[in-house]
Order: sequence, then structure tokens, then C-alpha cells
Amino acid sequence: MLLATDIISVLSQGFTQALGPEAVVFAIAAIGLNIHFGYTGLLNFGQVGFMLMGAYGIGVGIVILSLNHWVAIAFGILLAAGFAFLLGAPTLKLRADYLAIVTIAAAEILRLIGRSNSMDKITRGAEGLNEWSQPFQDMAPIQSTTKSIPLLLHEDLQITWTKMQWFVVIYGWIAVALLVVLVYFLMKSPWGRVLKSIREDEDAARALGKNVFRFKMQALVLGGIIGGFAGMFQVIGKGTVQPDTFVPQITFLMWTILILGGAARVFSPVVGAIIFWFLLTVAEGLLTMLAETEWIPTSIFRSTQVGDFRFMFVGLSLMLLMIFRPQGIFGDREEMALDDR
Amino acid sequence: MRTKATLLVLLFLTLIGSIAVPAFAQEDETLGVEVKLSAKDGEGVRQPVVGAHFDVTLDGETIGSGETDADGVFFLEVDGFGNYEITLDPASLPEGVTLTNPDRNVATAKVEEGRNRGRALFALETVEGAANDVANASSQNKFLQLTLDGTKLGLFLAMGAIGLNLIYGTTGLTSFAHSEMIVFGMLTAYMFNYYGLAAGIGLFADWGLPGPFGSGVNLIFAGILATIAGGLLGWCLDVFLFAPMRRMGVSLIAQMIVTIGLSLLMRYFLKFLFGGDQRFFKDYTAQSNIDLGIVGTTPKDLISMLISLLVLGLVGLALVRTRMGKAMRAVSDNRDLAESSGIDVQRVIRLVWVAGGALAALGGIMLGLSDNLNWLTGFRNLLLIFAGVTLGGLGTAYGALVGCLIVGIGVQLSTLIIPAELKNAGALLVMVIVLMFRPQGILGKAERIG
Repeated sequence: MLLATDIISVLSQGFTQALGPEAVVFAIAAIGLNIHFGYTGLLNFGQVGFMLMGAYGIGVGIVILSLNHWVAIAFGILLAAGFAFLLGAPTLKLRADYLAIVTIAAAEILRLIGRSNSMDKITRGAEGLNEWSQPFQDMAPIQSTTKSIPLLLHEDLQITWTKMQWFVVIYGWIAVALLVVLVYFLMKSPWGRVLKSIREDEDAARALGKNVFRFKMQALVLGGIIGGFAGMFQVIGKGTVQPDTFVPQITFLMWTILILGGAARVFSPVVGAIIFWFLLTVAEGLLTMLAETEWIPTSIFRSTQVGDFRFMFVGLSLMLLMIFRPQGIFGDREEMALDDR
Repeated sequence: MRTKATLLVLLFLTLIGSIAVPAFAQEDETLGVEVKLSAKDGEGVRQPVVGAHFDVTLDGETIGSGETDADGVFFLEVDGFGNYEITLDPASLPEGVTLTNPDRNVATAKVEEGRNRGRALFALETVEGAANDVANASSQNKFLQLTLDGTKLGLFLAMGAIGLNLIYGTTGLTSFAHSEMIVFGMLTAYMFNYYGLAAGIGLFADWGLPGPFGSGVNLIFAGILATIAGGLLGWCLDVFLFAPMRRMGVSLIAQMIVTIGLSLLMRYFLKFLFGGDQRFFKDYTAQSNIDLGIVGTTPKDLISMLISLLVLGLVGLALVRTRMGKAMRAVSDNRDLAESSGIDVQRVIRLVWVAGGALAALGGIMLGLSDNLNWLTGFRNLLLIFAGVTLGGLGTAYGALVGCLIVGIGVQLSTLIIPAELKNAGALLVMVIVLMFRPQGILGKAERIG
């Protein structure tokens, strides 16, 4: 039977994920993606590659190059920016489809390079870099190993995070707030207005004398750096820099979050991330519960296959959203970067 | 309208039926541990290793022992879940066969919930060294061998890429879901090969029907059925998804994102049905190399390449000689003009989806034959296909073939310089260079594509 306590635990998991490190990381990365797609109309399907660059920046910086951790963060930013240049240079002059193809491929290649044995000395292959997190651990706001806080609705509804997860949660949400304010003011500025005009009609912007390529590149770099920050938070929370954390599925989850929240709105990446992770975690928890208590017979579906359902659900949501409500929850259909081709 | 409704109902039933059936990743009930031993003999043929002795222990307690049978299979029934240690007695291996790593004669086979057969792997080799003609060949031989392998890869990719190119040409849509149509063809052929339609539509599973409906058919027949299924999938996708989107006025970028979502959905649905493991077709799998002088290949590879060449040639001919082919080229060139000259554009597009789906399925079967039969093959090759199409010229008729051949050969040859796992990076580099200097590709028209 589906006990009330099981449902409470599934809900607890839902809140833990919705407000926790995963949501923070995805919110930050989606803010970057919002700059790319929401405001400029760039089809960046390799945001996970920027996250990887940021993460490896601090990992490699501290472990291999023995940098101070603040310098390593700067190094990560540099790597993410460099990656943006690399991707943007050939493709920003061309049709949007080409950027999508190149970014999907490039992000995957980065992961393969990170895994490969030949780059072992720098990246430590599939095992990754592990000994770099001490300076961040010392900065953690809550020094106990784990800490739970109760939610007010029910006595058993609890959120539990480990020390480094609390690091990501507290500093991460602060970062999110700062980034939201930054994006708000940027997009109200003349620079932001040019980006929007490029999204709407590139030729018109060019006819007015704006160097479209330069603005697009700036947007790509800025969004990429923000993606790099997301990657840094991701690995600080986990304690290890491994290539297989940065799989292409993350980009697809992020796109769904962005579209769900509504592109080109400052708050939508944040709200989208929270809602998405809550729904996904609760759905998966319920499915797992149904599979384990054999409400759904094991011949159809085992609890180990819940992961597959996650991505089927994400794929289907992406399709339905784009067909029926591309502006998501908060967006404005007029402002979507969907031209009339 | 009525045909569409009936088809929708049939599709729905098929879907229900396929979910009602045990997923192919399931196994039968007896718990046990299993080892399959094989090694390449002097001519490079993979032979089963007979009479090798194994001891099975669990937490130090001896459970049993046995030997591999005439098929190279060792199986021991066990009583419960656990991590069983399987120890191979190297002295029991036949003459000339040794463990690749003599210290690794113990492996663990896990028997657990959802995994009734624990499997363990042992790497064996023949004393003469790995009888792999690429490793042993001189560098000139290696070059030619890699070129041959690359041509093979290029031909198989081209079959998937032609559909992509035609779809782009006629509708302007870059379909990311094409890679999953390739995997669909591959896994459908696998299903027909092993289980027949009965397993696919679970309703008839126990009726003992013959052939394609019952217990699986020869790969050739399965391949034909899978190609037809691929065409059917293409038809369904256009009728139920893309044509309505075009009618609703959904923009091309939105449609492209929909294809990305579709590819996710299909990929993980196929993974859910078939499991994440590598699989092999029942027929034509283990074959020995034929020596063609300086290079070597297996009969299945040779025949697949010839079939691909034939099919690609036929498609090229059809595009040039037949009326429908001309219509397709006309729509690709200038849609409005084609429509005003009386061509039924929607019908052409539908046919393009059907042909694209069927060709992708066929390409998938070929790829599956060359030891790539798993759910990720599509995504892994997506980059190569895009690189080939970009290189050849997105939207041109023969561009797919030319581009994919170059990409295939280039990628294989690049392993001479860069590590094998990064060879796809070469394809990305090719694509980036092409985009920087000649974005319309080799065969494309020099028009503004910015």
C-alpha cells in the first residue's frame, strides 16, 4: 500500500531537490542559456561544455597548476570564455542551425577528451581530479557534516544536505540573486536592447550599423562564463571533477527548464529550475515506489529503469512545450526567438 | 480522416502491446552464473574455447565448478543473489590460448534483482598475439585497411545522411531525430531476427506462430521488414507530427527543438525496451576475414558495402530519372515555384520522410552488423552524419554521399595520429573548418547562408 510516510518522504525528496544544489546549478546555467537563446536567439546546445570548462578550470588549476583557489576560479572563467570564442568564431556568422550542431558536438568532445587516457596527466581521465576541494571546504558556511531543516508543513517533511551541499545552496542562491539583478540591468541597457533587436531581425540591426557578430560573441561569452560558474558550483558540491558529470542530457534538461519557465524573462530560469526539479523528483519517487511495491508488475517496468523515464519525460515535455506553449509560464510569445522561416 | 484514425488506433495498440510484453532486457528465471569463452585462432576467426575449467566461490565458500561446453559456454546454477567469484584455471586452456593478462584469472559475476544470470568476462588471446590484421599490418597496409574501414563507415553513414539532407532540402528542417531513426531500424531488425513480431506486439506471444510472427527470422528477411518499418515510422512522424506542425505554422527553429525532444524520447524509449547492453544479430556475426591481398575484410562487411553502394546508386538514379525524384529536387530548390507549377508539395515531403526513414533503417542495420548494435549508436554517429552533410552541402542531392565518405575515411585515418577514442573530434574539426571557409559545403551553391 502507498503509505502516507512514503509519500511524505517522496515530497521531502522533492523539496530537497527543488531548493538544493541541483536546482541552483541548473538555475545558474539556465540564466546563461537565457542570455544565449532568450535574449539573443543563439541556439546553444552545448551549455554543459561551458560548465565542464569552469569545473576543470578550478580542478586543473588547483591540482595541476597549484594555483590559489581564487586564481583557479578566474582560470575557469578564462577557459569558458575561450571555449565560447572557439565555438562562436566559425558559426555566429551562419544560420542558427549550425551553432546548434557545433555546440552539441563540441560539448561531447570535451567530455571525451576529459575521459581519454591520453590526457591523463592533465585531466586524470575518467576518475577525475579529487584533491582540490579543501579551500572551498574551509569556506563552507555550515561546518557540520550534514544538517537538516524541517519544513513547516508537516513534522516529518525535512530537507537534509551535506556540508558542501549547504555551501552550494547558500552561496549558490546568493549568486543566483546577484545574476538575476545583473541580467535585469544588462537587458535594460542599450547593450541588451541591441541583443534583442538582433534576435528579432538581424539584418535590420546590421542595417543600423551594429556589428552583429561582435554582439553575438559577447552574449555567447557572457552566457558561457555564467555556465562556467554553474559548473564550478556543481563540482564543489560533489567534491570531485569528473568528465561523466557533464553529459549532454544536462543540456537538454536545462533547455526544458528554460522553455518551461519562459525564455527572455529574468526570473524564468530560477522558477523553471525549482518547479522542474520538484516535479521530476516527485514523479520519479512515485514511480520508484510503485515499481518497488509492485503496483506496476516488474515485467513491465523495474525500478532501475526510472532513469530512462526521466529522459523520455524530458523529451516529451520539450516537444509539447515547443508545440503548444513555447513561451512557457512567464514568457511572451511575441518575444520568442522563433523567426518566421 | 478515417484511415488516419484507424492507423492511430493500431499504433496505440502496438504501443500497449509492446509495453505489455517483457522488455527484451529481461532474462529467464533460473539463477546462475555464466561465462562465454572465445578466442581468435591463427586465421583471425573467433572460435569457442572448449574444456576450460572454472571454480565458483561466494564469500570464500566453494559453490561449484565446471567446464565450458562445445559452444564455449560455462554455466552453473546458483541458489541466491550475490557477487560470485569465478576463477579460471589457466592450465585447462587449450593449446596456444592464454589469458591476455595472466594475473586476471578471477572475475566477479553479480546475480541480483533483475539480473538472474551473472556474467563474467575473460580476455583471451592466442599465443601468436592478437590476430588483428590492423595491429599486425605494416603502416602502408594499415593506411589502406583504415581507408577501407572508413569507406565502409562512410557508406553506412551516407544512408542515414541522405534522408537528413532530403528532409532539410524540402522542408528546411534540420532533424536531430534522424540518428534515432537509424537506431530504430537497427533494433527493429534485431527484434525480428531474434523474436519475431510476436514479441514486438505482445498480444500474440504464445500462439506459436511461424517465422516473422513467431520465433524470429533470418537477418535478411528481418532487415527487409525493418526497412519497411523504418519507412512506416517516417510516414507516421510526418502525418502525426510534422505536417500538423507545418499547418499550425510552428517555426522551423521550434520544429528543430521538437526533433531534439523527439530524439530524446525515442532514444530512451528504445533503451527502456532493449536495455543498455551491446547486442549482436543472430546470423552472420562471427565471420573470418578474407584476405584481399593487402587488405582484409569479412564477407558481411563486403556484402553490406555492396548493398549500400547499390542502394545509394539507385537513390541517386531515382532522384535524377524519375518524376518523383525531379519533384523532390524541385521542392528542394524553390518550394513556392514548385508548388505553383503543380507539384503537390505535401505529398513530396511525405515521401521524403518515408524514404528517409527507410534509408536510415537500412543504414542502421548495416551499422549494427559491423558490431555497433546498441542504443547509443545513433547519438554517437550524429556528429559524423552532420559533419558529412555539412561537408557535402546541406540540401544537395549527392552531397550526403560525398561528405560522409570523406568524413568516414578521414575519421578512420585520423586514428593513425590521434588516440582512437578522440577520432570523432577529427570530424568536428572538419566541420568547423568547412564552416569557416566554405559553409555551403563541397557541392552546395555559394549562396548566403547567414
